[in-house]
Amino acid sequence: MYALREAIAAFRRAPVLTGLSSAMVGLALYVVGLFGLAAYNLQLALSSVEERVEVAVYLRDDARQSEIDLLLTELAAIPEVRSVRFISKRDAMARAQVELPEFGELFSDLEVNPLPQSLEVELRPGSRNPEVVERVSQSALLYPFVEDARYGREWVDKLFTLRRIGAATTAVLGSAFALVAALIIGTALRIAIFARREEIYVMRLVGATNGFIRRPFLLEGAMAGLLGGAIAWALTYATYRGVYAYLFEVAWMPDGWVALGMLAGGLFGAFSSTLAIRRHLEAI
Amino acid sequence: MIKLTHVSKEYPRRGYALRDVSFHLKKGEFAFLTGHSGSGKSTTMRLVHMSDRPTDGEVRVVGYSSEKVTQRHIWKIRRRVGFVFQDFRLLPGRTALENVAFVLEVTGTPRSAIVPKAQRLLTQVGLSPKSGAYVNELSGGEQQRVAIARALANEPYVLLADEPTGNLDDRATRGVMDLFWDINAKGMAVLMATHDLELIKRYPHARVFELDHGELVYDSAEAEAPVEA
Repeated sequence: MYALREAIAAFRRAPVLTGLSSAMVGLALYVVGLFGLAAYNLQLALSSVEERVEVAVYLRDDARQSEIDLLLTELAAIPEVRSVRFISKRDAMARAQVELPEFGELFSDLEVNPLPQSLEVELRPGSRNPEVVERVSQSALLYPFVEDARYGREWVDKLFTLRRIGAATTAVLGSAFALVAALIIGTALRIAIFARREEIYVMRLVGATNGFIRRPFLLEGAMAGLLGGAIAWALTYATYRGVYAYLFEVAWMPDGWVALGMLAGGLFGAFSSTLAIRRHLEAI
Repeated sequence: MIKLTHVSKEYPRRGYALRDVSFHLKKGEFAFLTGHSGSGKSTTMRLVHMSDRPTDGEVRVVGYSSEKVTQRHIWKIRRRVGFVFQDFRLLPGRTALENVAFVLEVTGTPRSAIVPKAQRLLTQVGLSPKSGAYVNELSGGEQQRVAIARALANEPYVLLADEPTGNLDDRATRGVMDLFWDINAKGMAVLMATHDLELIKRYPHARVFELDHGELVYDSAEAEAPVEA
């Protein structure tokens, strides 16, 4: 109770200093927030492209229905496969007419449907990578009535290279931004604690326990971190609205990310304060 | 109460600040610790307060030994030893009452008892009318009285004072010294570091320890020779 009262009193006693600390924390987390927004939208864009990764298994015209059913069951049993859909020759033609209207006249002049029947194999999220699509294709090709199995190897390879670059960039830049933010938050709170070193000295002098001394500062650090997190959220959200309204369509981050960012701000604030106060506790 | 046994303190760059110092301040005694600048007075006070540890020997304070007490448990000693500084070391931006109440609050006094006790302590040091004044509104002598009230808050067994009159004029010095004597008369041991020999001569009944270049050269309880400037 004392710790909470003192932490609030500290905000009241030195509003400029604590306000500046929170603003510094807020700006540091704002950079992380912007990066999070960009990373999230990049992930969304890649995921929407990735969803289109599937394997098309083309079947010979003389394949019997029982054989097709057997293959369909076999492919559906592969753990990475989400669904397998049979496309008959007629379905294939109907789709071609819808998707390629410029060839409508050509399609209607045909006496024989040249399009093959096929199985469309959709993969589970997380399994849409070159290794899995290759394996599923090879499994299908073992059957003699399978003409071909295609998944656009070059396209999938490029997509996954892009995804790996995205992941590495996110990890490296994210870590760098988080580190810079951590240093700024740590410095801001060190300054705030340095300004109150005399108070810490007096507490040590008169016999307050280390835990008792530490608690209000820990809470104060957490509050500065949370306040900074709220400032960062407001700035990031304003930026998102601006970009959405005037530049291009972007998605807002999931609430979990926002909550995690604010929680991280609070926790790091508490952690930084604990580190900063340790030096003063050892001084007397 | 305070016992130093063959205590030496050596600093890596400065060399020896204290060398083989032994003395025993008993319960209820009033003693001056004197000597020139650099004689080791402040080092002794720091060792007694356990802000520092001896290189050799043992410091025993209110039953705790420097050889055994850990940094984690140092607060137990601090609550039994009050400390008054030359520069008061009060918290600016707080009133006299808040400075005293702060000590009570951080050492776990029940909330309802804090303000009455702080008021009582300020009354004891003669500052009751100024309890609501901020530190910067008080004179040096008044600030030192607040510091003394603060040092008494935990009802210590012994009061350490490091040059407590160093920043005060003669009148304020007398007032503060009278206060120390009153406190001592109630049974609390007082160890006061001062280089002011005139001040010491005004109190011939007090015990005197004199340090010179880190060595204890005089203890009035063991020698008859008067202190010389």
